[in-house]
Formats: sequence, structure tokens, C-alpha cells
Amino acid sequence: MYIYDQYDQKLVDERVEQYRDQTQRYLDGQISEEAFLPLRLQNGLYVQRLAPMLRIAVPYGLMSSRQVRKIANISRTFDKGYVHFTTRQNIQLNWPVLEEVPDILAELASVEMHAIQTSGNCIRNTTTDQFAGVANDEIEDPRPWCEIIRQWSTIHPEFAFLPRKFKIAVCGSEEDRAAFLLHDIGIQIVKNDNGETGFHIYAGGGLGRTPVIASSIREFLPKEHLLTYLDAILRVYNRFGNRDNKYKARIKILVRAWTPAVFAERVEAEWEHLKNGPATLNGDEIERVKSFFTAPDYQSIDDAFVDAQLQSLATEHKAFSRWLDRNVRAQKQAGYASVTLSLKPAGVAPGDVTDRQLDTIADLADRFSFGEIRTTHNQNIVLADVLKSELFALWQLAKPAGLATPNIGTINDMICCPGGDYCSLANAKSIPVAEAIQRKFDDLDYVYDLGDLELNISGCMNACGHHHIGHIGILGVDKKGEEWYQIQLGGSANKNAALAKVLGRSLSRDAVVDSIEKLLDVYVENRLDQESFLNTYQRIGIEKFKERVYAPAS
Amino acid sequence: MHQLPNECPKQYLKDGVVIDNQWQLLGADIDSLPAGDILVPVAYWQANHQQLTEHSGKVGVWVDGHEQVEEFAGSIATVPVIAINFPKFVDGRGFSLARLLRERYGYIGEIRAMGDIIRDQLFLMQRCGFNAFQFASEIDLAAASKSLNDFSDSYQVAVDQPEPLFKRLR
Repeated sequence: MYIYDQYDQKLVDERVEQYRDQTQRYLDGQISEEAFLPLRLQNGLYVQRLAPMLRIAVPYGLMSSRQVRKIANISRTFDKGYVHFTTRQNIQLNWPVLEEVPDILAELASVEMHAIQTSGNCIRNTTTDQFAGVANDEIEDPRPWCEIIRQWSTIHPEFAFLPRKFKIAVCGSEEDRAAFLLHDIGIQIVKNDNGETGFHIYAGGGLGRTPVIASSIREFLPKEHLLTYLDAILRVYNRFGNRDNKYKARIKILVRAWTPAVFAERVEAEWEHLKNGPATLNGDEIERVKSFFTAPDYQSIDDAFVDAQLQSLATEHKAFSRWLDRNVRAQKQAGYASVTLSLKPAGVAPGDVTDRQLDTIADLADRFSFGEIRTTHNQNIVLADVLKSELFALWQLAKPAGLATPNIGTINDMICCPGGDYCSLANAKSIPVAEAIQRKFDDLDYVYDLGDLELNISGCMNACGHHHIGHIGILGVDKKGEEWYQIQLGGSANKNAALAKVLGRSLSRDAVVDSIEKLLDVYVENRLDQESFLNTYQRIGIEKFKERVYAPAS
Repeated sequence: MHQLPNECPKQYLKDGVVIDNQWQLLGADIDSLPAGDILVPVAYWQANHQQLTEHSGKVGVWVDGHEQVEEFAGSIATVPVIAINFPKFVDGRGFSLARLLRERYGYIGEIRAMGDIIRDQLFLMQRCGFNAFQFASEIDLAAASKSLNDFSDSYQVAVDQPEPLFKRLR
């Protein structure tokens, strides 16, 4: 993974001191509430319903065991001993004290971490595929490009006060695991006919109140032009994005208002001035950054032999077999696999882990995955590059730590925002809904029979729980001061991204779980062969689901 | 038409130094020109260019951050000051405007940030080509000037450093 040099380190150290001074001046009454707001937001600090919340950046979801131990230590020292993993692959502390945040940031800087631009109207953490570097279907490792974007976007002089937040994702594989079409800029790594790397650039995607799938604005951008082209997009957005109404301020509104073709023309016109300028990448820099993402020291393994061994262990241990099926993924290096540690056991808010679990994750990474940890936008943890012959040992250690729930990709592996329990924006609670669903669907055989199913829950229309792109989406709404829930169907975040459709009138919390069960019944009754929930829905349409859920009680 | 952003405070920061402010800021309705150095709205400058060349004091222009540089850049090459007004400090359009004036049009005079700016923006503003800062209220300018030095280096290309870090130091 990327290692800071003296310049990277100095920058985060100076950022800590800058924010320490700002916090002190705020506490001394020298900075108004209004002026302090963007300063603290751009250092990750929200003020929420119960307490401040600090969002820590995990650039493109990659961490070292040393960093994970530091997070565990920070959560013990400054917080309540647990943290939350977010859908932007970041980490949130739920109970920090405003006065102590500079000290927390200093602790982070000591392990090459920061909270820079994790909120506010600026360029946020760039995200990517949690299986980068090991995926079978990879065109090129997206992480060096993410790091190049991270450096370019960090404390960018021109784009710290954008109309609204700005999110970039990079996809380097055939299958999309980064939901890149639902970002302000989606970057797809492609190769041209000569085998040269470039980028297919999309713009104007996003969730929130007005979900939009991004539009293609340039099919092939040669790699050396990445930063000048991004500068051009951001400058057009900074100058012409709507600033009068925060709900109309995302770039998606501008792209739609101008049409993608006109937006692309404006970007090209701006880029003409910047193209081949000094910010143009050179081979030395690309190679320098790539050199940090080299393959670990893989052993040469007889794949067939270890597979046979695994098969025999799986036959012997039913629970291990389930975990292998759901939580372990093949990777392109023979003899190795990627393991997803589930952060979604029943009874725990999705994405929450304790300090002790973090220490365990760090230990597991040191022993099994070259000390590297990846966070996922589904709010789980991935350990890549695990020897297949060590999977059983890993499972045995992960299980007592509560990290081996075999539910990845199932209905119980839901994405869920913090909701009304924590967030002051939320209309409704989301964590209790997630828990009720997990409690209801606790029969593993039934859950496995349902197969791949993405269920996403947001506590309000800001869509932090990505309800628009769940196969089943649940949205908390406010009806005369009461918490109600709207159900949506048919969303998808892959390359054929689709936005979910509203099923019908919203339901009380008591009715949500029963309605989910009815939806699943309709699926099971109508599916053909191995058809997934999403495919069945796409084939038979929404009506049958609607009829069942809203049928009068007999 | 433009709102007059604020009275010119007695002092402002220029090139890192606190200096007395000799400039008078004029709004949209100009009946007669006062003596001395004046900042006039850019539209007024464009419409009264001839008359203003005969003014006894210096004449600079001011614009709002959202005004389109393409529409006035041709007329202001010789003015000694372009003041960019920030109606709200979170409106970042003035940052792009300053860069465009410096990098695209090669403007070498003073670019002053004025209006609702905060000292914590100074480092970024300086990178975008601002070299003068006029706050809406009387503040401790010497203390504020420390924010110009919040960081010792930066990754990106900007007006103050036309080469990216990766080409200079890596």
C-alpha cells in the first residue's frame, strides 16, 4: 500500500496544527459558528443528534494492521470503544469530544491517516473495488489512480468551497463493485486498441433526493491527462453549479440541465486550456505510485491440492462450508482467496465493530493477509491474499470474535445508515429495522436459498443507506411526526445500474418485516431455476409484489 | 446590479503586510467621482472607460465572484487592482475567477479578496492568485496573516507554484 514520504507526512501534520489553532480560536469565540462549520466539516467533524461524529478517511478502503490498531486505540481512549464503517469505505467515531478532536487527528497523523475532506462541500474520499489487485476480472489495479486522485484532491486550492459535496469512484474491473455510475464522477479504467490504459469518464451520478445514473462524457481519456481533465470538470462545476438551493446543487443537476452532451462540450472547452499543462502526469510519477501497489510475496501453490483439502474440511464442518460459500472469494492468484469478515451479525448495527474486534482484525491481517485490510462500501472488511490452506485456521479465529457470520451477499448483509438513533437529518430509525429483519430471517437454509439479495435501508431521502440501489430498498419517511417506511424494488448498483421503483404507500415499522416476507414469498413462488430476486423482479414486474403486500387481510 | 459589499476598512493585507487602505469603494449608483483612488464596478469601468482615464487618482475595478471573466477580461488589463467580492465566504466561485485572471489572462496587478472572507481561506486564496485581502470588519490583520503560511507545500499546480509536487520533489 502507499507509504507517505516526508511531503505527505508534513502535509497531514500541518493540517492537524491548522485545525488545532482553528478549534482554539473557535473555543475562544474568535470564529463564529457559521465560519467554523465548513472548517470542522472538512476535518470530518459533524455535530449530530447526540454528540459530534468524526469521520476518518480510509483512502479507497485500504488500511494496514498498524492503522487498524491505532483506530482501536483511539476508540478506547477518546470514544466508547466501538466504531462504524461507512458506505464510503470510511470510519466514524460516534462520541468524540470537540475539544479533543485535534488530539485524535494528531494520533491519526502518526500512522499516516487523516480526516481531511471527509465531509463538507469539497472533494471527498475516492472509493473503489474492495477486491482491487486480486479480482479475476481486473483490467488494471485502480488503487494507484485512486492515490493519484487523493493527492490531487487533498487541500485543492480552488475546490474547497464547491456548491455541494463531490464524490469520485474508480472501477478497474469488468464487474462493477464500486457503484461508480452513482458518483459525481465515475472513472472506468479501459484499454484502447493499442492496449494503452485510459479512462472512460462519467459524470453526474449520485443518490440523495434525486438519484441519477451518471452519463458518459468522454469515452477515452489517455492516462496522463487524468488530473487536468478532472480540474476541468471541477472548474466547470465550481463556476456554474447551482448555489441557490442545496437540493439542486450537485453536479447531476447541472449535467441534466445542460444535457450531458453540452456539459461534455463545456468540459472539453475548459480542458483545451489545461491539456498538456504542468499538471499533466508523467511516466515517472505513475510508476512511482504504482510501485506501492505491487503484488505481495506469493508462494507457488498447487491449487488442485489445496482445493481438495478445503473440500474435505467443508464436508466435515457444515458451518465452515457455509462460510466458504458466502464469505470467501476466489482471486486471480492460484492458491489464494479473499475473505470477507462480516460486520453484520444479528443484533449489531450494520458496520459497527468494537475496539477488541479491531485488534482481532489487525491480528488476522498480520497472520493471514500481509498486514493489509480493506473496507467495503457494503460496510464489511476484506482480507485479501489469504492462503487457501489457511482459510480454516482463519475461520476458527474469526468465529469467536463475531466476524465470521456467513451472510455476505444475503438479505442479512444489508447496507444501513446510522438513522434516527444517531443522525439529526433522519426521519426514521434504520438500525432497529435492520435488526428486526435479521431476527426474522435467521434460518440460514432459507436465507441461502434466497441467494444474492441486496437490501438497503436509509433513514431519510439523503440516501446514505443507498436505498435507491437495493434490490429491496427501505426508506424512512416522516408522516405527521411518525416514522413510516417506504419500500422500493429493483435497484442495482452494477454496470447495468438501475434505480429502484416505489412499491406503494409507506408502512408502519411493525408492517415492514411482514411485507419483506411477502415480497420474498412472491419471489420464491415465481422464480425460474437459479434466478435471483432481482432477475425475477425484472422479468415479472412490480405488480405481483404490490398486490401481495397491499392485499386486504383475509 | 451590484450591491456595495462593505465600506473599505482602514487597513488591509497586501503581499503579507498590513497597509493603510487608500481606496474608496463605489457602488452601482455613481453620481460623481470622489477624488483619490477608487474601486468601481467592472460594468461601470467598461461603460465609462474614457472618462475614468482622466480621473486624478488610481482606478481599480471590483466584481462579484460569480461574474464571468470572459465578459470583462478584455477591458481590464491595465487596471492596477481587481477586487473580487465574496457575498458569502462559502461561495467558492471567486477562487476560480482569480486563477483564470492570473493563469489564462496573465493579469499581473493586485487581486484583492473582499467581502465575507475568513482568515482560514487565506492560504488557499493566495494559491489561487489573490495577493490582497480586505476583511468586512476590522480584525487583527497581523494575526490573520499567519494563515497565509498554514502549509509549507502543496500537491497541486496553482498560481503560486506552477509545477506539481511530483515534478519538483519526487
